[in-house]
Amino acid sequence: MSRYFTEDHEWIDVDGDIGTVGISDYAQGQLGDIVFVEVPDDGRRIAKGDEAAVVESVKAASDVYSPASGTVLEGNPALVDDPSLVNSDPEGEGWFFKITLSDPAELEELMDETAYAAFVAKL
Amino acid sequence: MMSDTLPDDELEPIEILTLPLDAWHRAKGGRMVEFAGYHMPVQYDGIMAEHLWTRENAGLFDVSHMGQLTFTGTGTGPGVVPALEALMPADIAGLALNRARYSLLLDDEGGILDDLMLTRQADEQVYMVVNGATKYDDIGHMIERLPDEVTLNLMEDHALLALQGPKAVDALVRLIPGVEKMVFMQAGAFDWNGHALWISRSGYTGEDGFEISVPGDAVEALADALVAQPEVKPIGLGARDSLRLEAGLPLYGHDLDPTTTPVMADLGFALFKRRREAGDFPGAARILAEREGGAATKRVGLLVDGRQPVREGAAVVDAAGAAIGRVTSGGFAPSVGAPIAMAYVPAALAAPGTAVQLSQRGKVHHATVAAMPFVPHRYFRGVK
Repeated sequence: MSRYFTEDHEWIDVDGDIGTVGISDYAQGQLGDIVFVEVPDDGRRIAKGDEAAVVESVKAASDVYSPASGTVLEGNPALVDDPSLVNSDPEGEGWFFKITLSDPAELEELMDETAYAAFVAKL
Repeated sequence: MMSDTLPDDELEPIEILTLPLDAWHRAKGGRMVEFAGYHMPVQYDGIMAEHLWTRENAGLFDVSHMGQLTFTGTGTGPGVVPALEALMPADIAGLALNRARYSLLLDDEGGILDDLMLTRQADEQVYMVVNGATKYDDIGHMIERLPDEVTLNLMEDHALLALQGPKAVDALVRLIPGVEKMVFMQAGAFDWNGHALWISRSGYTGEDGFEISVPGDAVEALADALVAQPEVKPIGLGARDSLRLEAGLPLYGHDLDPTTTPVMADLGFALFKRRREAGDFPGAARILAEREGGAATKRVGLLVDGRQPVREGAAVVDAAGAAIGRVTSGGFAPSVGAPIAMAYVPAALAAPGTAVQLSQRGKVHHATVAAMPFVPHRYFRGVK
């Protein structure tokens, strides 16, 4: 399984043609206490870069863009009752949604973990 | 991921000033943002934790961006009290020494130019705290209208701290004995290690607490001494905003502005009886007519259904989706455990319990008009 990152601080784990998307630890730290998450509906077709989810902290509302194109398999139901999972485990239990990838080649444009760490270090 | 409402996005191309505690905030891990033209800490540990800490213990807020003003008369001529009464609807003549009062600086049409706290320090001396973002406009407005016999001094060499929360008194009394004897909206001069402080039992969180005016060169030592108390943690602007929202207290520039009047803003308590009877404050004709017949719109509290915050800028909409009002503050309320908001709505929708619809980013939210405060005030009004 490989993990990729976007410059907008989303991550995507890829296992076969299934991708799991979330926001990075850096992103949750910048947002602060997360109080609400809206995930996409099952079956929704999204293109890379589309607004796919909304995350709201005490101070701000932010859009989460899809790192890849595909069809939504499911949103993370745990975030409805406990959005703070995004703070406590952003790159694990706090995942946002899973998609069936329609164009895995898109992933080549994303950063790997090392490149993302270097990207964040410069912010 | 892209944020559309982080305060960092509001940076303007003007010089951002620093306050006396700037380095102290950074050393304490404060995340600094621009606010009212200054670098200010928006949070330290996190807004939620800081908010809840303040409601249970005591929070230390740096509010040095606010304008501290003194007005002094010569003892001859018209004097400080009538000069200030001409600008606002407060009864200052009837204000006892060392007592504080909330008031509103009004334009000639009754629009609100600022909200403020004033304290009678002597017969011919009034201390006033105004909002940071409006202080220079306020000063310009007042200087133009004050008689020559009244001197206005901006206390730029002073910082202002707010210590707020149910344990604020326990912490402060250890440093400054005697503060516990004051009640809500009482003030006085105190000494701390040779530094002259002006302390009032007041604040903007709905909790018991104090506001401490301190010389800028002593504020770091005082802040250190305060956070050394086990009850006290430094608290940022983020929690200050969520605390005042829960307390139902309006924020100037958001819930109040020149298009709102005291009656629209539901601040009728600031219209004192003697002043209403005399009708001698700016905009009195319009304001008294609104008080009698009701204003077209009114500031109300809203409990928002679900978990998603509805924030400033969202519209109040009718069944057909047309805008009939506006949300002026909103967010997740940590002590309530749900999103709340303040909005201006048509008078017919202002009664508590009324269902309203809100529109934000293309999505409709349901809300119910609620009596404010959302969290009961716990001011210290004396031992019963």
